[in-house]
Amino acid sequence: MDMETITSIKPLLATVTPLLCILLIILSRRIPNLRELWTIIASLVTFSIVASMVKTLYTGKVIAYKLVEVYPGIDVAFRVDAFGLFFALLSSFLWIVVSFYSIGYMRSLNEHSQTRYYAFFAVAISSALGVAFSSNLFTLYLFYEILTVCTYPLVTHNQDNEARSSGRIYLGYLLGTSVAFFLPAILFTYYFAGTLDFSLHGILNGKASNGMITFLFLLFLFGIGKAAIMPFNGWLPRAMVAPTPVSALLHAVAVVKAGVFCQLRVYFNIFGVELLHNQNLDIFLIYFVSITILLGSLFALKQDDIKAMLAYSTISQLSYIILAAGLYSYHGMLGGVVHIVMHGFGKITLFMCAGSILCGAHIKKISRLGGIGRRMPITMLAFFFGALSVAGIPPFGGFMSKWFLALGSIEAHQWPILVVLLTSTLMNLGYFMPVVFISFFGKDSESVKRDPDIREPSPFIVAPLAFTALVSLAIFFYPYPFIRLAEIFVKSMMGG
Amino acid sequence: MTDQAPILVILFPLMFAFVTPLLGWWKKDLCYPWVLCGLSLSTIFSIITLKEVLNTGVIHYHLGGWDPPWGIEYVIDHLNSFILVLVASISLLVAIYSKRLVKEENPEKEAYFYTLFLLQVTGFLGIVATGDLFNLYVFLEIASLAGYALIAIGEGQAPFATFRYLVMGTIGACFYLLGVGYLYMVTGSLNMADLSQILPNLYHSKVVMVALIFFLVGVAIKMALFPLHAWLPDAYTYAPSATSALVAPLMTKVSVYVMIRIIYTVFKPYYSIEILPVNLILGWLAVIAILYGVIMALRQVDIKRMFCYILIAEIGYMVGGVGLANRLGLTGAILHIMNDALMITCLFLVAGAVVYKLGGHNINQLRDAFKKMPFSMAAFAVVGLSLIGVPPTCGFFSKWYLILGAIEAENWIFIVALLLSSAINAILFFKIVEIAYYGEASHDHNEDSNGGNTIDEAPVSILIPLGVVALAIILAGIFSGKIVSGIIQFAVPPNL
Repeated sequence: MDMETITSIKPLLATVTPLLCILLIILSRRIPNLRELWTIIASLVTFSIVASMVKTLYTGKVIAYKLVEVYPGIDVAFRVDAFGLFFALLSSFLWIVVSFYSIGYMRSLNEHSQTRYYAFFAVAISSALGVAFSSNLFTLYLFYEILTVCTYPLVTHNQDNEARSSGRIYLGYLLGTSVAFFLPAILFTYYFAGTLDFSLHGILNGKASNGMITFLFLLFLFGIGKAAIMPFNGWLPRAMVAPTPVSALLHAVAVVKAGVFCQLRVYFNIFGVELLHNQNLDIFLIYFVSITILLGSLFALKQDDIKAMLAYSTISQLSYIILAAGLYSYHGMLGGVVHIVMHGFGKITLFMCAGSILCGAHIKKISRLGGIGRRMPITMLAFFFGALSVAGIPPFGGFMSKWFLALGSIEAHQWPILVVLLTSTLMNLGYFMPVVFISFFGKDSESVKRDPDIREPSPFIVAPLAFTALVSLAIFFYPYPFIRLAEIFVKSMMGG
Repeated sequence: MTDQAPILVILFPLMFAFVTPLLGWWKKDLCYPWVLCGLSLSTIFSIITLKEVLNTGVIHYHLGGWDPPWGIEYVIDHLNSFILVLVASISLLVAIYSKRLVKEENPEKEAYFYTLFLLQVTGFLGIVATGDLFNLYVFLEIASLAGYALIAIGEGQAPFATFRYLVMGTIGACFYLLGVGYLYMVTGSLNMADLSQILPNLYHSKVVMVALIFFLVGVAIKMALFPLHAWLPDAYTYAPSATSALVAPLMTKVSVYVMIRIIYTVFKPYYSIEILPVNLILGWLAVIAILYGVIMALRQVDIKRMFCYILIAEIGYMVGGVGLANRLGLTGAILHIMNDALMITCLFLVAGAVVYKLGGHNINQLRDAFKKMPFSMAAFAVVGLSLIGVPPTCGFFSKWYLILGAIEAENWIFIVALLLSSAINAILFFKIVEIAYYGEASHDHNEDSNGGNTIDEAPVSILIPLGVVALAIILAGIFSGKIVSGIIQFAVPPNL
């Protein structure tokens, strides 16, 4: 891309730090406190390295680092632009929070194989950062695949029959789509464009026939299964069999956001928004994902399992982000990109609350939550905050991105999208608010009555979720540096 | 000494083979270090030869100082110097690995086993080094005869399987010999380089055409190309562990090498591709071999037999690459000779370790193997990912070149076969992983506190070669760009 480039090893360091910590985790497997300390230290170090790149990017530069050439003209290489740093900042920051939460959660449930759990968690974060910093489609695919494989032991942590069948579905969807569609899409792109490097205005413009462009577009749309666009969404609700911190960080932030991140990367920097616009693929895209937005919310309405409801809610919200590539307007793109962060903080809060309810009250069903808010006020208040943010109600972060998206759909003259957004918001409130209401004002349910021991679990669990709930609020008033990075990225694509 | 390197690569195992029985008669325990010594020397000289070729170009070594075409000539170019190193080093690793297995499976017969082992390696190395068609036949027979004997030592139905292999193998060798005879009849020469000069004037001759067909049929039997594969699964399943780890990866690869030599060196590509539709036939056979191999592998409950069918599918990859008849395809095929040799070696090494520790090669014996044999299973995970084609393992890069070659040749059916086999390999791999990972329904929740007690790993002499090969699978992937630009691109005929 035509921007001033600085060579620095920082992106590599940020990606490798979690991997180095695995060695320490395994070595100290007999001393749990030391083992967890390594995770915390690694998360802090990783976040510091990522954060130290923000200043450089504010000045309009990009950071690049080439690791090794794997094929003439194709490198494993990192290139940190505003969009990549945006995603990396979110993932590495939330890793710190979830590390504390994991300690509380895993110990309170006395989970087995915790060493394995922390080790693969670190691999997952490393590959999410790798996805964020990739400078070309090849490197992106490399980390995308590692992310799929290394999350398998996390999803199937329980090692029972349910985990086994969920694991099959998880890999079936994710590996299946990537091998069947994503990989051929990359190879065809290379064949036509002669390169796989991300570029500001795409690399496919004028390189292939219109029919081929449409074909490639569909391959990418269905190939990046982590974005959970219908009909390839079935794996996400099934992945909820994982321990809650995994669902919280990976299936609300790192993995699924890596999916939408890859989708946007491809649309922005492989096709280029102009190319999509000229071929009317942007219109197809927004209406296609609208189906996912509406159906996801609709399915969430009828779930009784808290995590399943959150999963369908995530499916719906992920497609909000995809709208960025289809709404051919400044605010549309900005809104989609910013929604990555806003939804991230909101949804991770909700998942951590679900885990807190499981640890404190051993309840998984919404129908049994009656009166629980009176016993676990902090958790349920945080749930309320998270829900408002995800639904997009001011003064919470989620409102900001939804506002931009609505503005973008008006700018792009796509009125129906506005209706889709508003309908989905209503449905969001429809599935979240009853939960909040019955937990505070409803009658005590049978399970709550029977168990006098229900109380807030360990501070390791409650503090992180209270923290992210407050962040979802604070980020409405102080959205920097995320919004600034998003602006830099969107402006660079709109040509300054 | 370095002038003589090409012949020393082959002489060391041959001479050491003759001394081994005497040594075994005197002191049995000396056989193992003696074999390692011989193979190490061979490996060192193969590396010297490779360096020499890279520095100064093709080496012509005239045996006994007799000039070709009358004397035997060894021609070492980029293609076979590279395969020499591969064969020598894998033989060395398998020899290291064989220590405990031979003691356990063939007690009292180590000396005979190792004599045959060295003769087998001599045969492989000779086939690869020679530039003379008849000399190649001699080495082919040395390798085959040693192979029959090594396999017949095995368990259960091994003698019967060997008999079947012997009949098929002899027919294959006869076809090859007839091909040599026909060419000698019309040209009076046996030297490959000489033949490639004389033959273009005789391309109209039916005798030459029949010779090429006989060559290909003979080699196809030796490499077990569908539909001439039927001898392979039985032979390699019942063979002793160390034998299958040596023969399974190398015999087939060496045969693919011979096929490339005949199509691209002895005959000019335009004859074997344009005048005779060899590439068309090979392309279709490859597709059928790939699909047949992976589907049959799915049905197996014996892991060694399953690996045999995977091998049959992998042969399809290489033959398909040869059949694409363009630079990318042939590069992919040659790269896959290395990658597949590593992968199949690794698979059979794991199988041997499993047989040694868990007592059999039925898939159900792997229950809880991740807990009992974490290192062996980690190596298995690496090779599994490579078979699926997850970067950065080497299997991904073979597919990368092969698919790009297929796009160029517009051979869509081959792409579909490759992708389908990736998907089925994923099912195969996770079928084993599921059994080895989930184990019994109950699991120990305090594994972290008393963990380690349940580990019952294979001995170090097995683990070291296994670790080296698993690491090589990853490194060969990461450095595949360097391997292709440094060696393989010179191995592909320039006029292709």
